[in-house]
Amino acid sequence: MIFHIEILRQKNIASDPYRQRMTVEATDPKMTVATLLKALNADPELKDDSGNRVDEIKWECSCLQKKCGACAMRINGKPRLACDVKLGEFKKGEIVLEPLRKFPVIADLIVDRSVMLDNLKAITLWLEKEANHTKKGEDIAYEASRCLQCGCCLEVCPNYLSGDSFFSAAAFVPAARILSELPKKEQAQIIGNYKSHVYQGCGKSLSCRDICPAQIDIEQMLVNSNAVAVWKRYFK
Amino acid sequence: MRFNIIGAGLAGLSAALTLAQAGEKCNLISYAPSERAQSVMAEGGINAALDTMGEYDTVEEHYEDTMKGGVYLADPNAVWELCSHAPEIVRELDRLGVPFSHNEKGIVERSFGGQKKKRTAYVKSSTGKMLMTAMIDAVRKYEVQGLVTRYPRHQLIDISIKDNMLSGVTIQDRFTSEPTFLHGKTILALGGMAGLFDGMTTGSAHNTSDAQAMLFEKGVEFANLEFVQYHPTTIGISGKRLLISEAARGEGGRLFVRRNGEPWYFMEEKYPELKNLMPRDVVSAEMVNVTARGDCEGQVYLDMTGIEKKVWQTRLSDLRDQCMHYVDIDPVRYPVPVAPGIHYFMGGVYVDEHHRTNIGGLYAAGECACQYHGANRLGGNSLLGAIYGGKVAAESAMNSTELRESNESVKNDVYSGDVPPILAKKISTILYRSLPIIRSEQDMLTAKTELGSLLANPHSIAEHRRIILALAMVESALNRKESRGAHKREDFPERDDEHFRKLSIVQMQDGAIRHTLREIPERRS
Ligand SMILES: Cc1cc2nc3c(=O)[nH]c(=O)nc-3n(C[C@H](O)[C@H](O)[C@H](O)COP(=O)(O)OP(=O)(O)OC[C@H]3O[C@@H](n4cnc5c(N)ncnc54)[C@H](O)[C@@H]3O)c2cc1C
Ligand code: SF4
Ligand code: SF4
Ligand code: FES
Repeated sequence: MIFHIEILRQKNIASDPYRQRMTVEATDPKMTVATLLKALNADPELKDDSGNRVDEIKWECSCLQKKCGACAMRINGKPRLACDVKLGEFKKGEIVLEPLRKFPVIADLIVDRSVMLDNLKAITLWLEKEANHTKKGEDIAYEASRCLQCGCCLEVCPNYLSGDSFFSAAAFVPAARILSELPKKEQAQIIGNYKSHVYQGCGKSLSCRDICPAQIDIEQMLVNSNAVAVWKRYFK
Repeated sequence: MRFNIIGAGLAGLSAALTLAQAGEKCNLISYAPSERAQSVMAEGGINAALDTMGEYDTVEEHYEDTMKGGVYLADPNAVWELCSHAPEIVRELDRLGVPFSHNEKGIVERSFGGQKKKRTAYVKSSTGKMLMTAMIDAVRKYEVQGLVTRYPRHQLIDISIKDNMLSGVTIQDRFTSEPTFLHGKTILALGGMAGLFDGMTTGSAHNTSDAQAMLFEKGVEFANLEFVQYHPTTIGISGKRLLISEAARGEGGRLFVRRNGEPWYFMEEKYPELKNLMPRDVVSAEMVNVTARGDCEGQVYLDMTGIEKKVWQTRLSDLRDQCMHYVDIDPVRYPVPVAPGIHYFMGGVYVDEHHRTNIGGLYAAGECACQYHGANRLGGNSLLGAIYGGKVAAESAMNSTELRESNESVKNDVYSGDVPPILAKKISTILYRSLPIIRSEQDMLTAKTELGSLLANPHSIAEHRRIILALAMVESALNRKESRGAHKREDFPERDDEHFRKLSIVQMQDGAIRHTLREIPERRS
């Protein structure tokens, strides 16, 4: 099948973005967008639709199996993992690849997501003391620990703006692990942070849940953590 | 002065945590943030003789299984220390909040390859991710305190050594291309060399082997490069090999091949004790043998249909999702076609029991180091080895005074470029053809010639280094004229302890690759 691929490209941080279109044939419907990108980069003869040579397309990948979050990008307008999306999905053969929009673009499809890790520092996301294991806590901790820090949720969150004090799902999902394992007496500090950075700001639209490539039960994380953090059910 | 740690997978995080807990400062440098490291992909579990399953497990048995699985090529003293520290390491992970399941005796364990007793602690089939999340969070505290400084998008590009003593490393920001020189004792935690078999392994694309190739050129000793582990149950998917964790067999999955049209559970017939859970080298070689037989079909299947529904939900959920998504087969209902695939590098940077390399001030741990696993690694020992090794390397670094003073500043001319995909593919194909599960001298000699002719073409520094590292690997395999663990030869099918129960050491000296054999230490009483 013939695929028309459009990529929003940008040489470096300072340069202007431009769109490049190319047409390629691919036969395996199970091929992922990630492997497609690898194949494009492996073809030294590749030309775009105007006949210009296609320079190496910059993008990131590590695991190629939805486990590391490296390859998040906008695919036909939606933030997704390139290694998750198979070519068979594109019935019309049209593929548009763009970098995530809520982060600074470094080059082509590579963005700087360091703000996400800074946010986790800002909410002091760690256990001060030994974890308190409970049966229910185990399940929450498992689900919360699956977060890939990919940033797809931030991309769709209507309330997330880079640099703002609201940190969205990418912060409250991992926070659910800490809250579920903290002994009650120890929860004070993180609860304070959590309140200002998560509760005040989340409109609970749950767009994040629908887009999360790890299919984390974000609603459950939110409900649980809010129960602990906001309603102070277990607090004091 | 800060310590440098290169790599932020489990080994790097463990080293950082050890240093920070002792109040020491470090730079934690990695190609990408920890969330992207190969360690997050580990599935099945981590070994420790916790004796929580009512089987009277002991450290001694963990030690024996590891030595035997590695066909007695590992350092017995290092392995003993590893196994005796394992229970405390897993309990510490539990305290850090890894959501292991618990029973009345403690952490629940499962069966894994090459081990007679249930000794593998796990969290469903996402153990690596769970360990990593807990370790990343634990290290974050020290980042905020200023003890750990992350360089999370930085590549190791050069190392400064004089008179066998390190002064520091040069790293480069991948976003801005800016190089930085960092004086200080350095712990390598680079992971495996997946890039040597580009697109043919279960591992991470970030582990390009470029750093290893650079280190090799600079005179760092490597050991046992010929021991490349083929995991028996992998499936070729778009761009890589997908692992079906050994946990699938630990929980009851069975391997079969159709013989005269009927399923033949060959492992169960041949190895009535450990059955499908023999060490990986044995299972992979048996798969090659049965598929070559005239009365058998060429495809082995992993039958997981007998695994109980509850086990799927509570212990293997992720594995099922991956199978359905990438292979379009629901393993709950249908057997899955599997084949051996490259999974792990037993060889790597030579280290002694204290994780010291041949260069003063330079240490290595995790998959990039050659330690603990001998000729064949047991499943579940690598996560353990990475965490324990990172800790030992950090302790050794703290206890040593070895380091060269430095008045070096940043060198701008050390960036050697990347290896372009076409050459990467060429080298990978040569290596893959010459280093299969059962190797032939002729294929290895051909590979040597082919790599030699690649060297004769014009190439960049990075390309040169990669070809040299590949050559060192093929030559190591040629020189080991015996069969042991993951290194099996058709022309030397027997194990030869007298000549080859030794480490194959390889090092660049005066521009040439030099091979020597080194004795394995005796076990201390
Ligand atoms: C699919 C899969 C499943 C597995 N399952 C298990 C299991 O169940 N049990 C088990 O014990 N083992 C398992 N393993 C093996 C185990 O996961 C690894 O051996 C282990 O995690 C290695 O940890 P590490 O810290 O040494 O390296 P890695 O986690 O690979 O980390 C390497 C680090 O080095 C960085 N790096 C690499 N090159 C450079 C450079 N040039 N400059 C800067 N940084 C660099 C990377 O970015 C990364 O941060 C599995 C492996 C795979 C692939
Ligand atoms: S629920 Fe809505 S507002 Fe809240 S984090 Fe998710 S997308 Fe954003
Ligand atoms: S919550 Fe989901 S979408 Fe958001 S960062 Fe984590 S894995 Fe990605
Ligand atoms: S490459 Fe890891 S999630 Fe896509």
